[in-house]
Amino acid sequence: MNWTETFRTGGEAIRTHRLRSALTMLGIVIGISSVIVTVGLGLGAQNEVRNQIDSLGSNLLIVSPGSSTDGSGMRGGFGSGSTLTLEDADAIADDEVAPDVEKVAPVVTSFASLVNGTTNWSSQTVGATTDWSEVRKRELSTGRFFTDEEVTSAAPVVVLGADTASELFAVGNPVGQRVTVDGTPMTVIGVLAPSGASSTEASEDDLALMPLTTAKRLSGSTSSSVSTIYVQAASQEALSAAYQEIHALLSNLHGIDAQSGMQADFSINTQDSLIETANATNRTLTILLGGVAAISLLVGGIGVMNIMLVSVTERVREIGLRKALGATPRLIRRQFLVEAGVLGTAGGVVGVALGIGTAVVLPRFIDQSVDVSASATATAIGVALLLGVGFGVYPAGRAAKLTPIDALRSE
Amino acid sequence: MTVIRLTDVRKTYAMGSLEVEALRGLSATIEVGEYVAVVGPSGSGKSTLMHIIGCLDVPTSGEYLLDGTDVATMDETQLAAVRNRKVGFVFQQFNLLPSLSALRNVELPLVYAGMGRAERRERAAEALRRVGLADRVEHRPGELSGGQQQRVAVARALVTEPALILADEPTGNLDSTSTSDILALFDELHEMGRTLVLITHEPEVARRAERTLQIHDGALVEPVPA
Repeated sequence: MNWTETFRTGGEAIRTHRLRSALTMLGIVIGISSVIVTVGLGLGAQNEVRNQIDSLGSNLLIVSPGSSTDGSGMRGGFGSGSTLTLEDADAIADDEVAPDVEKVAPVVTSFASLVNGTTNWSSQTVGATTDWSEVRKRELSTGRFFTDEEVTSAAPVVVLGADTASELFAVGNPVGQRVTVDGTPMTVIGVLAPSGASSTEASEDDLALMPLTTAKRLSGSTSSSVSTIYVQAASQEALSAAYQEIHALLSNLHGIDAQSGMQADFSINTQDSLIETANATNRTLTILLGGVAAISLLVGGIGVMNIMLVSVTERVREIGLRKALGATPRLIRRQFLVEAGVLGTAGGVVGVALGIGTAVVLPRFIDQSVDVSASATATAIGVALLLGVGFGVYPAGRAAKLTPIDALRSE
Repeated sequence: MTVIRLTDVRKTYAMGSLEVEALRGLSATIEVGEYVAVVGPSGSGKSTLMHIIGCLDVPTSGEYLLDGTDVATMDETQLAAVRNRKVGFVFQQFNLLPSLSALRNVELPLVYAGMGRAERRERAAEALRRVGLADRVEHRPGELSGGQQQRVAVARALVTEPALILADEPTGNLDSTSTSDILALFDELHEMGRTLVLITHEPEVARRAERTLQIHDGALVEPVPA
């Protein structure tokens, strides 16, 4: 008897016992679909974090000032100090000192109220240089960025974030219009395209971007300190070299002696380190949920074994007859293994379909995307087949061992 | 030519600590084309003899030649092949698979013989035609009467062209009309030169055979001439 016949016979048996076959599959279906969904949830969360962090720019290093110590000796957290300066940024931009750095964008951030006629809106102001758009990978939906001349001359021009623009200018093109920023009139020269991702602190789409010098003048500050320095490395591979160069350079400029245990007054984050931190929690959760799903798969497999054993007991006469007609123990074993394997695979396919369906529907109810990967799907179906066959071995062996007389005699 | 040669066949079963001797040195010969009835009261060793003749079981000692092949020492896999090629079974309970059509039921031994699908279907249809069920090939056992079901079983026993057709109480579950129907079919097969062994406890069924082997307490009683 060849494989085609074995599969045909297995198919006949499965069709004959429809309800039982469906129940056998159910355990596998639930197991596989929950694995698909939980792994998909984990992947979705990771991809979301990656997208958010990628949206900051590519090959990005973020240099933040260190802690500050005020007059009373109270120390602030990282980022509260004003230890980074424009001179630091210029030094990092030097090709001799830091050859792996492509572009540098120092920014000063603050908050200001923006007024257009009777409409007012409070948002973050970002003072930047012309490289900002490239380092941060931001594009304009309309208008233009400011120029180097406008940076030098501290021109009163502003580029609005997409959300900011729609808050201040409900109708019409904001480009060419005037807004008042903390009492200073400025001309809107452009509107940023939406970034597509929201950072945890403030929306990347709610900001007023202006030349760094303009922002300085607005705040009345004469110091050269900056809030953050965004650095674009020459390539993905150059990230760690750039990190080393910046670290050494700033330590030197700020007189930090690592040997004597002095703490650096700045910190450098890469996208990878941000992604890593964010993913650590996601991964733990995915492993936990995946573990629960794997247990349900195991239970599903035991369900297959259970029902196959019942099936063997119930079909004793059939097995006896088949043996009387010339089926060898091997063929009987093979037939039951094929049945279990077909049930497992069918359960896997249905489970994958259910999992993908859930992955499509679930994001409409919860704020979390579910990404189903093709490799996870293929693995799931393979695992289902293995589960069916694996847990079918014992029942199939029992069937093969039955002697035809005992099998035929039983009523 | 001899189809069955049993020489001093013994069969012992272990029933717990008790050993039960079902066959005690039975010898018999059945020639090609014979129609033989094996009769005896229940517990006489009739069923055990049938199992051994049908290669469903092997004797504890003694020799059994089926169609020239020594089957007494074969293992389960070899016995399966012998059953498939040399023996056609007809059971009291018909033993048809309820989910399969008559044709597919008759096909089954050919499937295990490894025959191709087209030839299989042709031969199964031919066997069903021979038992008078040409118009019932696609019916399932549940849609057939008891007599018709047993005729399907006979077709299944015929389809491999076996050396021996072995019927175990074939009329035990049938009404009198169906019984004479099946017995007439056996007569026909006998006339066509088939070797038939029929196990029964009904004397009127046994009388249809050419020869009767009377079994009692695991051994043959003096052969009764037909």
